[in-house]
Amino acid sequence: MNSQWETVIGLEIHAQLATKSKIFSGASTAYGAEPNTQACAVDLGLPGVLPVLNEEAVRMAVIFGMAIEAHIAPYSVFARKNYFYPDLPKGYQISQMELPIVGIGHLDIDVDGVTKRIGITRAHLEEDAGKSLHENFHGLTGIDLNRAGTPLLEIVSEPEMSSAKEAVAYMRKMHELVRYLGICDGNMQEGSFRCDANVSVRPKGQKEFGTRAEIKNINSFKFVEKAINHEVERQIELIESGGKVVQETRLYDSVKDETRSMRSKEEANDYRYFPDPDLLPVLIDEDFKAKIKARLPELPQAKKQRFKEDYALDEENATLLTSSRALADYFEIVVKESESPAKMCANWVTGDLLAALNKAGLEITDSPVSDQRLAGLLKRISDDTISGKMAKQVFEDLWQGTSTADEIIAAKGLKQITDTGAIESIIDKIIADNMDQVEQYRSGKDKVFGFFVGQVMKEMQGKANPGEVNKMLKDKLK
Amino acid sequence: MQNKTITELAQGLRSGEFSSVELTSAFLGRIRQYSSLNAYITITEELALQQAKTADARLATGNAELLTGIPMAQKDIFCTEGVKTTCGSKMLDNFIAPYNATVVDKFNSAGAVMLGKLNMDEFAMGSSNETSYYGAVKNPWDVNTVPGGSSGGSAAAVAARLAVCATGTDTGGSIRQPAALCGITGLKPTYGRVSRYGMIAYASSLDQGGPMTRSAEDAAIMLQTMAGFDPKDSTSVDVPVPDYKSGLANSLEGLSIGLPKEFFGEGLNSDVAATLEAAINEYRKLGAKVTEISMPSLKLAIPAYYVIAPAECSANLSRFDGVRFGYRCENPADLTDLYTRSRGEAFGKEVKRRILMGTYALSAGYYDAYYIKAQKIRRLISEDFKKALSEVDVIMGPVTPSTAFGLGEKMDNPIEMYLSDIYTIAINLAGVPAMSVPAGFAKGLPVGLQIIGNYFAEAKLLNIAHQYQQVTDWHTYIPSHFE
Repeated sequence: MNSQWETVIGLEIHAQLATKSKIFSGASTAYGAEPNTQACAVDLGLPGVLPVLNEEAVRMAVIFGMAIEAHIAPYSVFARKNYFYPDLPKGYQISQMELPIVGIGHLDIDVDGVTKRIGITRAHLEEDAGKSLHENFHGLTGIDLNRAGTPLLEIVSEPEMSSAKEAVAYMRKMHELVRYLGICDGNMQEGSFRCDANVSVRPKGQKEFGTRAEIKNINSFKFVEKAINHEVERQIELIESGGKVVQETRLYDSVKDETRSMRSKEEANDYRYFPDPDLLPVLIDEDFKAKIKARLPELPQAKKQRFKEDYALDEENATLLTSSRALADYFEIVVKESESPAKMCANWVTGDLLAALNKAGLEITDSPVSDQRLAGLLKRISDDTISGKMAKQVFEDLWQGTSTADEIIAAKGLKQITDTGAIESIIDKIIADNMDQVEQYRSGKDKVFGFFVGQVMKEMQGKANPGEVNKMLKDKLK
Repeated sequence: MQNKTITELAQGLRSGEFSSVELTSAFLGRIRQYSSLNAYITITEELALQQAKTADARLATGNAELLTGIPMAQKDIFCTEGVKTTCGSKMLDNFIAPYNATVVDKFNSAGAVMLGKLNMDEFAMGSSNETSYYGAVKNPWDVNTVPGGSSGGSAAAVAARLAVCATGTDTGGSIRQPAALCGITGLKPTYGRVSRYGMIAYASSLDQGGPMTRSAEDAAIMLQTMAGFDPKDSTSVDVPVPDYKSGLANSLEGLSIGLPKEFFGEGLNSDVAATLEAAINEYRKLGAKVTEISMPSLKLAIPAYYVIAPAECSANLSRFDGVRFGYRCENPADLTDLYTRSRGEAFGKEVKRRILMGTYALSAGYYDAYYIKAQKIRRLISEDFKKALSEVDVIMGPVTPSTAFGLGEKMDNPIEMYLSDIYTIAINLAGVPAMSVPAGFAKGLPVGLQIIGNYFAEAKLLNIAHQYQQVTDWHTYIPSHFE
């Protein structure tokens, strides 16, 4: 941006944990229900009710901690964060303050081919608040408490990112990781994965941090980049025109593409954290950790490395195929079931399949062509039943319908002719009918070879095995 | 009939001497007759008679429990499905819980009859029952004095025979102090022994429900029903519940009793001290060895308590915001107005005082000096109890510095009011169980003896209290106007 200035960014990511029930009650966490139908007495904060910790949320936090090679606290404590807001039923949020469940860890990001390690300060468990609805209530506010009590993992990075690009890379990497681990569905539109960005600038070379502003609740990769760039620009302009950045919370307006002040440090709440006396400290022993470690899935980095080594894939394909666990699993099933060369499988998955999915706006998990069905098709390419060209046609049909590749090939009569006798008699006929061209070829005009191939294929309605045709033609024309 | 113990009533119900409906009707009649005591906030007459009918049917099948058909009452801090639960506050004057407290569920499945909901200090904050939105409760022994608090309605109702027994809750002495001032038996169990689910929280790390009865044997029967692990309360403890009645008859020969010198110094009324001395002599006669002990941290209990309890209550009471349930002010101008007027209009003075104290103690810059320091003191107190109870079997002392004080006497002096819990508060901070047992009278008003035991030693406390009640009759005295 501006060469005299250096940007410092830290992110706080809120990942909604994919538990079936809420973090302190048995109510469902499913998204999209009628307002207030998924809030039980505990979520409503009725008098006398008590929270009971969902062990699954603890397990997921520990899985995350292990994945970022963090210290897992043997003793962590839930605390009450006190503030009044209509969608916060108890008047406090149960969170973790002094003793979070996940301690210092790290995540490696790749930007412009360079790997950078970003420190993670901590990750802690907390409950989400409800939602205030300001529309359709005639000047009043509606409160939907379905989301209240949904488990969140707040992941706090060190202020170690120095550009919006790095922040996006970090957010993407984190998004990929939590989905890999199966602890978060990563749905950003539904708010399952969102972040706050702490942004400051300082003159290049200065050691002390500049005053930071916190941009709240950014829920897309595009917005995180825009919001940070905008904020950096605003701060630099402010300082260069003699002003001073004040510590404050700002909101990114994606429509106007600007950030605006929400509240200053002076207006900030004193949250009066203290340990929640309704909940016991969370004790995690070696046994609990060992059980989780045994079930820890292969992490993206390790998987990518393995794909490069075991399947001899290039960097690009390996990166793409391991960008989600579902895609990687899909690829591996295709390789195994089709008994085909991995490189061909990779090209089909990253090529035809992903292109079709992108065009239809679908995720791999919603693919109309299942891993098994694609494998069925690729199997027929590698055993020469059909040509690669015909396979594209079959793929179209796989996408549209529910038949298997074999059924489509049989129904359309696409089976490739590899019977050398049949090919030979056609070739003999073509040669006999085109003696002029044979002369030309034999006198050194190599280009004429294509004419013969074309004639044979035409005669055989494209079903002849091209390799076989080439080989036999070369022999006969000698 | 109203003077019989639970065991005697259970026999009467089984022998056909009277039915639960008759028994219940008799108590409902007394509740109406003595309504001037103001012990009840809600009388659930219809429900009680219906439960009594069901109990009679169950008794006829021979499949009844000891509490089946026994008319009792709940402190109005326990949520009751379909029946108003006020917690003594204007804030919850319109609150009907859609669920039962675990304790209420347990009495229901035992077949007990609920006569109604008992008066209490607002949100259990008070030592005289005078902070109740529903007005002060009067002490049946002298209607110009207080019954104690916060379970003042429970204590007065049991003493005046307006219920066979009642539940109470004890955060800093709220079962034991009113039990002492009203001459009944009260037990605060070990923290975690009785589920807190559905019991409206005052100070979560100190609150504990327990029985308020006329005898130790009745307390054993009630606790048997109340105690036990509850998966809905993370702080309830999963240890087996013993048979509390089976050990009542055990001999006290060789029992070692410790008397902390800090409990018998300045501040203890001399008549009360003399009464307690006589009670302790009874224990000597029963074969107990009495030694003086020292627990130096006890003097720190009140200041530590008045940081920890208000801190917790300042958060616990935040949910009363006028948004989802409870009192809401008229025509709020905006959100802040809704909060400040709803809370300002519906909370009483003492509740506001404690919310403010707690908010202050937790504020940035004060947290370490108050809250953290109080927690350190709490640990010291726990250590003191652990040490003392490794040297002696039980600790005995006064429950209150004096007998019941006059209505209105301490309302303008919160510090003096707080000091009336000086002998009970440390027990809550340590989490150990303790009882108040009627030990005689001083100038016509009841005096309670406090017996403190080790964690989960309720059976032992009940045994010690029961043995005393076998050789004394203080617990059988009836206030003269309520015979």
